[in-house]
Amino acid sequence: MPKLNLEAVGTAYEHTVSSLRMRIIICAGTGCLAGGSLNIFHAFKAEAKKHGVPLHVELKPEDKPALLLSKSGCQGFCQVGPLVTIEPAGILYTKVTAEDVPEIFETTILSGKIVERLLYVNPGDGKRCSGPSDIPFYVRQSRSVLASCGLIDPENIREYIYGGGYRAAMEAYTAHTPEELCTIFTDSGLRGRGGGGFPSGKKWALTLRQQADKKYLICNGDEGDPGAFMDRSILEGNPHSVVEGMMIAARAIGAEAGYVYVRAEYPLAVERIRKAIDEARDLGLLGEDLFGTGAHFDIKVMEGAGAFVCGEASAMVASIMGGRGMPRPKPPRTAEKGLWDKPTVVNNVETLATVPLVLRKGSKSYRTVGTSGSPGTKTFALTGHVANTGLIEVPFGTTLREIIFEIGGGVLDEKGNVDNDAFKAVQIGGPSGGCLTRDHLDIPLDFDSLGEIGAMVGSGGLVVMNRSTCMVQVARFFMQFTQAESCGKCVPCREGTRQMLDLLDDIIEGRADESTIPLLESLCRTVARGSLCGLGKAAPSPVLSTLRHFRQEYESHVVDKRCPVGACQALSDFVIDGLLCRGCTACVKACPVGAIAGEKKAPHVIDTERCIRCGACMATCRFGAIRRGGAA
Amino acid sequence: MNTLTGDRTEAASFGVVCRILDFYDRDPGMIIPILQKVQEEYRYLPEEVLLFLATSLEISPARLYGIATFYSHFSLEPKGKHVIKVCDGTACHVKGSGALIETLRSMLALEKGVKTTSDMLFTLETVSCLGACGLAPVVVIDDTVHGQMTPDKVRVLITKIREEEDAEA
Repeated sequence: MPKLNLEAVGTAYEHTVSSLRMRIIICAGTGCLAGGSLNIFHAFKAEAKKHGVPLHVELKPEDKPALLLSKSGCQGFCQVGPLVTIEPAGILYTKVTAEDVPEIFETTILSGKIVERLLYVNPGDGKRCSGPSDIPFYVRQSRSVLASCGLIDPENIREYIYGGGYRAAMEAYTAHTPEELCTIFTDSGLRGRGGGGFPSGKKWALTLRQQADKKYLICNGDEGDPGAFMDRSILEGNPHSVVEGMMIAARAIGAEAGYVYVRAEYPLAVERIRKAIDEARDLGLLGEDLFGTGAHFDIKVMEGAGAFVCGEASAMVASIMGGRGMPRPKPPRTAEKGLWDKPTVVNNVETLATVPLVLRKGSKSYRTVGTSGSPGTKTFALTGHVANTGLIEVPFGTTLREIIFEIGGGVLDEKGNVDNDAFKAVQIGGPSGGCLTRDHLDIPLDFDSLGEIGAMVGSGGLVVMNRSTCMVQVARFFMQFTQAESCGKCVPCREGTRQMLDLLDDIIEGRADESTIPLLESLCRTVARGSLCGLGKAAPSPVLSTLRHFRQEYESHVVDKRCPVGACQALSDFVIDGLLCRGCTACVKACPVGAIAGEKKAPHVIDTERCIRCGACMATCRFGAIRRGGAA
Repeated sequence: MNTLTGDRTEAASFGVVCRILDFYDRDPGMIIPILQKVQEEYRYLPEEVLLFLATSLEISPARLYGIATFYSHFSLEPKGKHVIKVCDGTACHVKGSGALIETLRSMLALEKGVKTTSDMLFTLETVSCLGACGLAPVVVIDDTVHGQMTPDKVRVLITKIREEEDAEA
């Protein structure tokens, strides 16, 4: 294989890029695809043909000056998708449909003007924003791992190389020894983004020290956390950054084989990472004799089959070897004894995508962002009752207040309007994490500060909840998840989570007594202490953290038999609002047990003794006069 | 596609299964991808195919059964023609996926614990997260993602599929 010249590939691509007049980027992340972004793509092609304007969908060196139409990965702002970006003007159109394309083409592409009605309107001040440079959602972020996601074409390796890609990998193979790499990454302070935040350089150094004929590197793209999708977005939007990160990590530990373990629920991510690996192999970036150094490294893709516990390193190893994905007791760590009993490093997708950036910037410069214990940036999936949902990236140390109220645009109330007083809690770290309250809004988010208050960064799911959310139900939701996903190997997790779920059901359904909460707490301690793997150990976290911060809410379920927010069916009564009720008798007819009485055209009343709380009346009422009240 | 579904005589010849096995060099380490390919073909894992696989890969049927039941992707029961997945991840849950599940269960007249309608037209599943939280709540019908769903929108989608099926029949 002739030595690959990255400069030449980059320069050739630059030549074609510089001849471009304009670039139309259609977001083809999962969210926008669901909104019909492929139709928009085809509509642009048709429109260009109609106007006789030359338009390319893939850049080749011989191309003449023209327009480029390309698909990108997730641009992060999923809620207002499908998104269309026009570069170099920096215009972002939101909620675009194929019908809008002729107007965009004539107004923006041909005449250079803006289609005002497709711009994002900031709900706070009603101002129209022309693009990422003035949309608060983007302005407050600091995108480095996600910087290219949503801009570059993930299916074109030349574009990644043109942007400086694979130079860090080349440096790793040609200018550093594995020991030097481990030192650089230890110095950089890079911590694993998958959950606990173990220092990546230390993990590599531990593996490098092992004596073995073979070593393996696994990229963990399992992402089983409900409410997190950064791995998906990186694999879909910039898969080459993961391939390059894997090459560097492989060099640092001396691995010749790597696996990408991706959830089968993410078909597009699987397709794009496969394509990226094939493209890299075709250019000689993967395979034998990398950069003429004699080193080899190649990557296989393995699709997961839907098991949360497979995100745990030893379980993932078992799954790749074709067994049930069950964890085993440690030590030995997977770094000592992993895949086929060989030393194995498991790094998360986001960690690996960060690796080339660290090497490009240098470890000292990398440390200038973030906090001293947690350098760099972190992606969060911001979802729930918040105005702007989507994927964001901020430096470690950013506060929840900035994330929720500035980037997220504020909290939504029950009716979907922005009302910051409606904020109740934010759940962080998925089923292993905890809830934070108003008191935590100003704590800088990083691995250490979150650990201190009983939460964790986890994979980075941030679910904002407003006052209509019942915290016992939130705890139950996560317990149901862990209970269903427990691999069943160890008793504390298998049986403990099941009993915890039953106790939470008792609380929600009104069967709890004064012994329930102490019993639940004691079970939490047992499961946390006795479980085999990290996932079992962390399973009680959502219960413990809601108990800590919202104990009163639990107590009113147990003692007063009352759900304060009126969310638990068994512990809330239906109430008719006398002012709204027109006395139409529709609810009287709908009630299966005859619990509603009243004269025609006069406000009706519900007999709470007889009511079975089925909700049929509320569904029938056309005037919104019936609601669930917390009173029992 | 799926011409073998439900056809035992043809299924018994295992031609497709053999091709899948050969593609993976009959490597027992590749059980999971093999099962995934087999399931793509039959839409579920028929018992006789599992037995054939175990023999071919020289592993015990018990071990294969253990793997097939461990992962939520594998189904040992035939699935309906249209698979409906309701995402019940945190974001979707908070934004009301429960009501979508209720609506679908009552529309499809599914008893507790039953996933597939008796006419084999629909299978209803919940999944833990589809990674499209910005669109919550999300429903996927036959690989098409539908975001920001409401019980009403779900009703329209199902009614449309039913009408199309009736028109075909």
